[in-house]
Amino acid sequence: MSARAGHVTYREATRQAIRAAMRADPRVFLMGEDVGAYGGCFAVTKGLLQEFGPERIRDTPLSESAFVGAGIGAALGGMRPIVEIMTVNFSLLALDQILNNAATLCHMSGGQFGVPLVIRMATGAGRQLAAQHSHSLEGWYAHIPGLRILTPATIDDARGMLSSALASPDPVLIFESIALYNTEGELTPGLERVEIERAAVRRPGRDITLITYGGSLHKCLAAAGELAGAGIEAEVLDLRTLRPLDDETVMSSVRRTHRALIVDEGWRSGGLAAEVCTRIVEQAFYDLDAPVARVCTAEVPLPYPRHLEDAALPSPERIVAAVRGLIA
Amino acid sequence: MSAPPPGPTMREHGLHLLREMLRIRCFEDRCVPLYGEQKIRGFMHLYNGEEAVAVGVMQALEPQDAIVSTYREHGHAIARGLTMGAIMAELYGKRTGSSGGRGGSMHIFDAATRFYGGNAIVGGGLPLAVGLALAEKLQQRSGIAACFFGEGAVAEGEFHESMNLAALWHLPVLFLCENNLYAMGTALARSEAETEIHLKARGYRVPSLPVDGMDVFAVEGAARDAVARIRGGEGPLLLELRTYRFRAHSMFDAQLYRDRAEVQTWQEKGPIITLTKRLKAAGLMTEEDFQRLEHEAQEEVEAAVAFAERSDWEPVADLERHVYAERVQ
Repeated sequence: MSARAGHVTYREATRQAIRAAMRADPRVFLMGEDVGAYGGCFAVTKGLLQEFGPERIRDTPLSESAFVGAGIGAALGGMRPIVEIMTVNFSLLALDQILNNAATLCHMSGGQFGVPLVIRMATGAGRQLAAQHSHSLEGWYAHIPGLRILTPATIDDARGMLSSALASPDPVLIFESIALYNTEGELTPGLERVEIERAAVRRPGRDITLITYGGSLHKCLAAAGELAGAGIEAEVLDLRTLRPLDDETVMSSVRRTHRALIVDEGWRSGGLAAEVCTRIVEQAFYDLDAPVARVCTAEVPLPYPRHLEDAALPSPERIVAAVRGLIA
Repeated sequence: MSAPPPGPTMREHGLHLLREMLRIRCFEDRCVPLYGEQKIRGFMHLYNGEEAVAVGVMQALEPQDAIVSTYREHGHAIARGLTMGAIMAELYGKRTGSSGGRGGSMHIFDAATRFYGGNAIVGGGLPLAVGLALAEKLQQRSGIAACFFGEGAVAEGEFHESMNLAALWHLPVLFLCENNLYAMGTALARSEAETEIHLKARGYRVPSLPVDGMDVFAVEGAARDAVARIRGGEGPLLLELRTYRFRAHSMFDAQLYRDRAEVQTWQEKGPIITLTKRLKAAGLMTEEDFQRLEHEAQEEVEAAVAFAERSDWEPVADLERHVYAERVQ
């Protein structure tokens, strides 16, 4: 799918980022399942094999643990690998390497070894892919010290976060929302790199802060548009980075709006939304005019049929309803 | 025309191998009372009986080679050339330890000697070795990755995934399976349908060989051949080093799974005893030589203990350091 004139898709922005990184640094290479000949499970890497050849665009066997571990080893050995995992559900096969090695080696070695590795993976639901291809587990990964967790939700972030991630001496996981690949927008001309430690206000407002990230950003923006029609000005805050969390930007917004709703495609119990909520309660309790609330995914493995999948996920309607519950 | 530079004599080389094994043995033996005194805590796995494997293999490796090891790695680290003081201080948890005290017995790391741990997830080091070898290949460097793991690791998926990937990509990895017959307390035949471990490599088109891991010359010879082939571009290779651990799996092991007679039989063919007998029988070494080597090793160990004792603890204020890499200012 090609974008309108002057626009690029999230997919194309991601591909541009990979291409630019490969051109800029000979240490960068990409490996993963079907990234080469097939062009990527979600077509992100289409054409890159032809441009860079099989040494730098490496198709791997279905061995998540081995190729993620090999990415860690290659990073230790002086390379700057980008490892693609098809979906976050498959990343669980490599969880040993991600947690026990990538996140741990720097500390366990007394700071002798950093792991400058980037792992990209698709996350989230909305494509009727059922319960083994649709989950949002980035909140789990955000639990792990030693990792940096990025969730690009905009075209600029899809384009600019990879370069920043590759410049980091630490392992960085980038979660690309499946629902966003076909979205399109203008790319800031000349943008190569964005900072990756701060949240961003995507729509200013004074009555409530909608705190979200990734695929849920656009649902929040849609909800905010609808609320504006009813005279409620919602501020929409895109976390962008789930670890480390940018408390300062979150609290600064909540202290102005006095209300917070967290929208997170992960499950509610023990999830990222719970962490953000706790931080608000710890740091901005006396600024609140209403309890902090959450809109999360229903606590079921995601079902296949459209109507049930829709019912399970955060939606503009659920967000609007939750906001109305907080602003009586 | 000048003669080629003389290599070490048989006597010198034999004594060198014996010295290295004695250094490991004395270090490990000294750890036992230190553990009893609670100077060393956590899990600790001793290498007694397996010294010929570490010492033999290290003779074949060069400084540019990367080494990935297991949680039973004191011997590998000593044979690789880390100082005993840094290793002992690590076991104590002191800041002068090889990992700054953060790792302990199971996580010895050393950038200077390219020693990448100290991996305590069985099988978890194999993918790292594949990646380190990939980095060598992509950067057109001459190093290889040498990866130690126990026979218990071959039951893990990571072993099979890593063998396949290394073979598929023709990477310079030396897989070193230390087969000491027990995965903790589970005998090989109770966990593997195919107990000839080296045969498993064939399914991945990785050349492999069983080696008498109690014979340091056999290990050295096999490792030198393997390293030459790998460095020559032949791709990965696996050695199954047949050995035996004389002590318990860790310090919490009543050894209910094996009988004393079996342990004794293996001790009689231990790597240090057999090399000592061979060197003496060949007239290359005297009892005085042996006594001197053992004494020197013990003195080195005592100096390491003294170093660990007098070293400082890392301040608690630094607890959260090294979670993320510290950028060079």
